[in-house]
Amino acid sequence: MSSKGIRIEGLSKRYGKGDTAVDALKHVDMQVAPGEVVGLIGPSGSGKSTLLKCLGAVIDPSGGRMILGDQVIFDNGWKVRDLRALRRDKIGFVFQAPYLIPFLDVTDNVALLPMLTGMPNDQARAQALELLTALDVQHRISAMPSQLSGGEQQRVAIARGLINRPPLILADEPTAPLDSTRAMAVMRILNDMARQFETAIIVVTHDEKIIPTFKRIYHIRDGVTHEEVGEGRSLE
Amino acid sequence: MISLAGRDILHAWGKFVFTGIGLGLLIGVTLVMAGVYRGMVDDGKVLLDNSGADLWVVQKGTLGPYAEPSSINDDRYRGLLGMPGIAQAANVTYLTMQIDRGDDDVRAMVVGIAPGAAGTPGWPPYLIAGRQITRSHYEAVADIASGFQLGDRLDIRRNQYRVVGLTRRMVSSSGDPMVFIPLKDAQQAQFLKDNDALWQNRRRTAANPVFNRAEVPGLLAAINASQETSQSVNAVLVRLQPGQVADQAAEAIRRWKRLTTYTRPQMEAILIGKLIATSAKQIGMFLMILALVSAAIVAFIIYTLTMDKIREIAVLKLIGTKNRTIAAMIMQQSLALGLIGFMVGKITATFAAPFFPKYVLLIPQDSVVGFFAVLAICVLASLIAIRMALKVDPAEAIGG
Repeated sequence: MSSKGIRIEGLSKRYGKGDTAVDALKHVDMQVAPGEVVGLIGPSGSGKSTLLKCLGAVIDPSGGRMILGDQVIFDNGWKVRDLRALRRDKIGFVFQAPYLIPFLDVTDNVALLPMLTGMPNDQARAQALELLTALDVQHRISAMPSQLSGGEQQRVAIARGLINRPPLILADEPTAPLDSTRAMAVMRILNDMARQFETAIIVVTHDEKIIPTFKRIYHIRDGVTHEEVGEGRSLE
Repeated sequence: MISLAGRDILHAWGKFVFTGIGLGLLIGVTLVMAGVYRGMVDDGKVLLDNSGADLWVVQKGTLGPYAEPSSINDDRYRGLLGMPGIAQAANVTYLTMQIDRGDDDVRAMVVGIAPGAAGTPGWPPYLIAGRQITRSHYEAVADIASGFQLGDRLDIRRNQYRVVGLTRRMVSSSGDPMVFIPLKDAQQAQFLKDNDALWQNRRRTAANPVFNRAEVPGLLAAINASQETSQSVNAVLVRLQPGQVADQAAEAIRRWKRLTTYTRPQMEAILIGKLIATSAKQIGMFLMILALVSAAIVAFIIYTLTMDKIREIAVLKLIGTKNRTIAAMIMQQSLALGLIGFMVGKITATFAAPFFPKYVLLIPQDSVVGFFAVLAICVLASLIAIRMALKVDPAEAIGG
């Protein structure tokens, strides 16, 4: 397995102090290679969302180590000063609901991040169009989010997550609101994008339809992860 | 760089425009209030300008004739005319009263002007229709704001007057239109009692043995005549010869004639500093309250609009948008709302001003100050929403 992608060693997260302390994550070990899509599954309250927030640099883990690409980003404390810049440059997010910005059209929803970081608008839009074409929504580039179907919205959200070519994408239940056909389409897109952009993708899911498609799955229970080989069923 | 605020406004333009119109009406009221104050100040200045005087000679120890009652004998002007440096001196009376106008009545300041011609202090300096007063009695020149037309007949006390001329912007310091009548008529209107009162007075005088002496024939008639005529006016308006220094001339009158005399700056200070001071404070309070209400409305609207976008803000923060970008979006929306509000307010005030019963003077300086005040209020009002937006946890976008 490549040394890039993301590697997590002994990650823990404790909420509260003293008698009221809760260990949401006790010991998490994970490794996702570039171009790989892994599943993260577990029952409610198992620590999936906490792990996602830790990986997304949204909350502070209590201990452990995270290495993104060649950079140690957490080692019993953050090793990068600007977590917002880390999220912007290195991590893409795809949510259960697309959460597109309702007052921007499809192109600008995708191009927003590079535009906000100083890229000329035309260049950012050209990049967005390239991604939207790859995701087969190029025919809706001028539409507003409210005019899109659920599947189209999710594809636009994936494009937004990929626009900065991040080495890591965190997808939180991306297929939950979709029917079986669309869910498979989204998984196919995620796999294609992972391969095309050498991106490590972690998909948190409960969705029985897509679990058999993963080649590797991390089960999380009581804050501890267990690796398992998945069926790797074809997405065709 | 993309303007998030601009896109949001374009997306929800109806909400912004209607909110801006509501805010604009409030700003319009604020601008009109400022215009009312400016109008009061201007009315005071116009009153002094139109009197054509350099000095106002009034009863000793009073702030007359506009701010306090003042009464001096109507022959004092002769003595003033004999003083060095004085070109013209004319008696004048002022009486604010209700004058019947058809089925209605109008509040007006009746000005008694001394015999003379246009250019005499106290006379209306210009007419827009008709002619100046040429007869000693029963003619009037009215400000057009009084509603009188040429040829109208109006009743002042016991006499009837015919409007022979119309003038414009001749108002009292309270904004009441002026009606000019001959001085003798005005003195009578101001001081002469009604028939019953005269009859009662004569009876009392006749019953007094001191005044009604058989050995002095004519005494009672002389006393009655002196009680029934008036030799008083409210002020003497003085015009100086060219090159004369008003302060020196005023000091000479104070010293040698023992009358209180005001120069133009002193009279302006009385009118603006004393007569309309309370009204100015009242308007100032209203302006302050309106500014606070505007700020509260803008703050509430921007807060609500931001609350509606909490999820989007959480997503923006999660994907790495800088705080200053989010703050700028909220502040720009607030400023845009203020801009729409100001434009609506300015247009509303401009079109509404002529319909106000008193003079409303909208000056560009007030508009500029108002514009920057609105922007400052919008910036301040957006701070609450910005504070809330910056406290949004990006983890809210992930849920769980």
